[in-house]
Amino acid sequence: MSRRGAPGPYLGLLLALLVALGELPQVRCSEQEPGGAHGSNQGFQVVTFKWDHVQDPFIIALWILVASLAKIAENCSPPPALQCHGARGPSRASHTLDPAWSVTTSERTHGGLVQGQAAIPSASASTAGTWPAAISFPGVAVRVTQAGFHLSHKVTNVVPESALLIVLGLVLGGIVWAANHTASFTLTPTVFFFYLLPPIVLDAGYFMPNRLFFGNLGTILLYAVIGTVWNAATTGLSLYGVFLSGLMGDLDIGLLDFLLFGSLIAAVDPVAVLAVFEEVHVNEVLFIIVFGESLLNDAVTVVLYNVFESFVTLGGDKVTGVDCVKGIVSFFVVSLGGTLVGVMFAFLLSLVTRFTKHVRIIEPGFVFVISYLSYLTSEMLSLSAILAITFCGICCQKYVKANISEQSSTTVRYTMKMLASGAETIIFMFLGISAVNPCIWRWNTAFVLLTLVFISVYRAIGVVLQTWVLNRYRMVQLEAIDQVVMSYGGLRGAVAFALVVLLDEKKVKEKNLFVSTTIIVIYFTVIFQGLTIKPLVQWLKVKRSEHRDPKLNEKLHGRAFDHILSAIEDISGQIGHNYLRDKWSNFDRKFLSKILMRRSAQKSRDRILNVFHELNLKDAISYVAEGERRGSLAFIRSPSTDNVVNVDFNTPRPSTVEASVSYLLRESASAVCLDMQSLEQRRRSIRDSEDMVTHHTLQQYLYKPRQEYKHLYSRHELTPEDDEKQDKEIFHRTMRKRLESFKSAKLGFNQNKKAAKLYKRERAQKRRNSSIPNGKLPMDSPSHNFTIQEKDLELSDPEEAPDYGAEEMSGGIEFLANVTRNETTDSPSGDTGSDVPLTGRSSPREVPPAAEKHSRVPPHAPPTPAPVPPPPPPIAPPAPPTTQSPASDREPGAGPASEAGPASEAGLALEAGPERRRLPGAHARSAAARRVHSRRSFQRPRARRRPALLKLSSLPPSYHAPPHTLEQEETPL
Amino acid sequence: MGSHSSAVARIPDADDIRRETGFSQASLLRLYHRFRSLDRNKKGYLSRADLQQIGALAVNPLGDRIIDSFFPDGSLQVDFPGFVRVLAHFRPINEEDTRTRDPKEPEPLNSRMNKLRFAFQLYDQDRDGKISQQEMLQVLRLMVGVQVTEEQLESIADRTVQEADEDGDGAVSFLEFTKSLEKMNIEQKMSIRILK
Repeated sequence: MSRRGAPGPYLGLLLALLVALGELPQVRCSEQEPGGAHGSNQGFQVVTFKWDHVQDPFIIALWILVASLAKIAENCSPPPALQCHGARGPSRASHTLDPAWSVTTSERTHGGLVQGQAAIPSASASTAGTWPAAISFPGVAVRVTQAGFHLSHKVTNVVPESALLIVLGLVLGGIVWAANHTASFTLTPTVFFFYLLPPIVLDAGYFMPNRLFFGNLGTILLYAVIGTVWNAATTGLSLYGVFLSGLMGDLDIGLLDFLLFGSLIAAVDPVAVLAVFEEVHVNEVLFIIVFGESLLNDAVTVVLYNVFESFVTLGGDKVTGVDCVKGIVSFFVVSLGGTLVGVMFAFLLSLVTRFTKHVRIIEPGFVFVISYLSYLTSEMLSLSAILAITFCGICCQKYVKANISEQSSTTVRYTMKMLASGAETIIFMFLGISAVNPCIWRWNTAFVLLTLVFISVYRAIGVVLQTWVLNRYRMVQLEAIDQVVMSYGGLRGAVAFALVVLLDEKKVKEKNLFVSTTIIVIYFTVIFQGLTIKPLVQWLKVKRSEHRDPKLNEKLHGRAFDHILSAIEDISGQIGHNYLRDKWSNFDRKFLSKILMRRSAQKSRDRILNVFHELNLKDAISYVAEGERRGSLAFIRSPSTDNVVNVDFNTPRPSTVEASVSYLLRESASAVCLDMQSLEQRRRSIRDSEDMVTHHTLQQYLYKPRQEYKHLYSRHELTPEDDEKQDKEIFHRTMRKRLESFKSAKLGFNQNKKAAKLYKRERAQKRRNSSIPNGKLPMDSPSHNFTIQEKDLELSDPEEAPDYGAEEMSGGIEFLANVTRNETTDSPSGDTGSDVPLTGRSSPREVPPAAEKHSRVPPHAPPTPAPVPPPPPPIAPPAPPTTQSPASDREPGAGPASEAGPASEAGLALEAGPERRRLPGAHARSAAARRVHSRRSFQRPRARRRPALLKLSSLPPSYHAPPHTLEQEETPL
Repeated sequence: MGSHSSAVARIPDADDIRRETGFSQASLLRLYHRFRSLDRNKKGYLSRADLQQIGALAVNPLGDRIIDSFFPDGSLQVDFPGFVRVLAHFRPINEEDTRTRDPKEPEPLNSRMNKLRFAFQLYDQDRDGKISQQEMLQVLRLMVGVQVTEEQLESIADRTVQEADEDGDGAVSFLEFTKSLEKMNIEQKMSIRILK
């Protein structure tokens, strides 16, 4: 369906464009006429057509729209119908806008660019003004295009997006050419360097996995500097050698021109590399090396380029040794200067964001404006602008993220991604479009082919040589596969193109040859290598070739192994550079953070650090409690969780039902002799669907190992929030468990008591402080609860102590106790929610007794929660998982537990069936409370599993009921 | 390099440890430094708390189980040889080693079997040589997000055990465990490159 639908919008889009463009000439004529008429005869006009007035921004916006639409289509294949509309909409729009289009197409490139050029050197204000415009001009196109390609994941799985975009650019360029016979749109260096590149590089810097980057900085620098110089020199010299042999025929090129060409073609392009590497899953070290190299070598390229260009300008014979030395010096000045500028601006940015507490709304603006200023400033000083903005991003990220508000940081993240991904799309498309211009083509087979051969071969040689040197010093060796991927991943891109276009035809006679060769090289690397690198990687990892669905065991254990591995990695220590890193983090903590971070941010950071590094009971308690109080734990309140939970309500049901059915079938199959074959089939089909559900669940919810989610930078995806959520979840589980075992193992009861009391008091304090609308605090319950806890701890055997069973047990008892005793209701959602997953043990789950609910409906309760999702599988009766009886061994606990019996049923029924309204009070449950229970369910005790183990005698009969009621509740839905 | 060997000499029983674990000198030295830096009050051994202070482990769902595996049989401290011995399970398998190895010697710690055994004992908490459904469930609970309900977990645990269980005792023995993973490239998956 989707596959068939996919080309539809495309064709529609293209057709529309074609039609539109075909009409251009006429439209232009008609446009000019009224324009002429305007001036002469009319007085006042009610409505005027002022195209010129809005021309530039309009076209820009249009391009952005087009590009974005393309992106949409690329990303969502499922509803084809929708796509068609989406794609056709804009195309129609462009159609109607034809007049505008036609007029501008020809003027556009020149006018716009000249304007851009004029604007750039001027101050930041004006740049800021023109910037969006200039970006968006090509942007529209790009959005649309991207939209076109995201069409089918099937396609993009095989072909990298960048390659698709180039091809689309070619097609569009062809259309424009066919309509206009001039190359109207080209990627000009100005637009590229001032508007398209900065967002991409800033994005790369701002989201740079710093630790990884600095951990591999030496390697990255070696590849970026030595590697690039090597590539430039060898390529240039080899080409010159071949030229001397006469293989290329008659060309007007000198040695310096060759070197110039070599230098501009040497650099691996960050845009192209990322676009491809993101889709090929390589290990993180390899990723960061290639990525870092491609970012940093731009500086080298630009310096080399400038040096050789000035040499060419001087003329080959006038270059002296002094000039060469100057060239080398200028390299250091340019790169270090650029870095310094970046760091300075990062400092400034961090400092500024520290004081934006009262102007939150403009915080994101600062991030962009100041980083962009760093780019422009270093460009102004003829330093390396790319390095400046990269390091600005790298250095400021930590402080900015800590300083600005959550919303602002989200805004920054999204805006940055949006700009970067848009710019990237634009670049690739325009690489395609720019190629459709016969004026620039000058073909020389030998030159083109030899360039291709040389850059590939020399890169490979360079990589192997450097790796050989590096491997003697590196902790993590770069293996043969890595080297292959690195040499093969040397994609050239827009930087090379922009540089080659910048060449002055008067000085470099064969500019067009260089341009066309560069284009070919870019196409070859991006399209051919981009296409083949993925299969290559897969082929090299031979083990992966065997394709089959992993079994459950493999999936589960495989993931477990990943976690084990990353844990062992952490234990065995990080990779090198520890000393420097420690020094730096000391310095950072002592000085930088103090200056650059808000006080509140410092504090919270310190707290987490403390908990992490000096695990100390009190800190951990207050951390957990604090997190709960603020409700800042993502999984407690994040709406996404709710969605997930809602979804879950549906998924588990079939699985449980099916599970029971299949059990039945299996059982009966062995017992009764039925038609075995059909039974077998049925069983199999049931099993299959069950399998699917199970696999799906595992796939989706197994925690991801670190390597998979951290560290890697992606231009198109933003996932850190999930990671944080996962981290917090796990962290809290871990902390909770540790506190448990800590108490039971390390401290005697007295301390335990103290700690728990302290905790209780703290919580009570907090509760009192936090807004509780209706509720007295259970003043007597802390001590009471506490005794129970103590017992629980004592009872749970050491092996089990860190497990949920024990936790839940105590939580459950407490819960019961609370149900019976206290009059408090839970404070509304925030606090309620937070109680549950983390400190089930010690946070009283105050559920108002049913009797109370009769008379008093909590204010926050919705009238009737009618069409709610089925309730989460509710909490089973809280019962100790250990074989020891909870009640008989426990004098103080016995009272509440048995007392709790009836009420517990009430409570459970409450939880179980809000919509069933078993009890009058049931409807009183707010949505928030329900959410709580859905969460609570993940740590339900195992009691239901083995009820036989409990000594139920001590419990009231009603205790038995809930499981069954629960079961009933679940199935029909 | 000279400094290395002299530094290695400072490690007690360095040669014995190397023979047992197969670590290179450099790795051993690095691990020794690591061990010393983890040992916060220079006791000469590591306690649970020392390992628990590693921040990344707190966000690793199996972190605490791994920590536990450093302290076999309820001991409260681990010395350097013990520390290295556990880590040696994750040394990449060197093909030359396996070829030249004397078949009479015991299997090296980083063999496939030993890697699997290490993983197995993380599951098998009661040390009865079997992963029961309960044990599987516990691990599953650790590794799965809060969104998944207990029913699902139980059903997954059931199915996982059933899938691997061949003799029908409702638990996974070590043999069954290895069989269920025989297609997996354990040698690669359970090896860390920096631990040479």
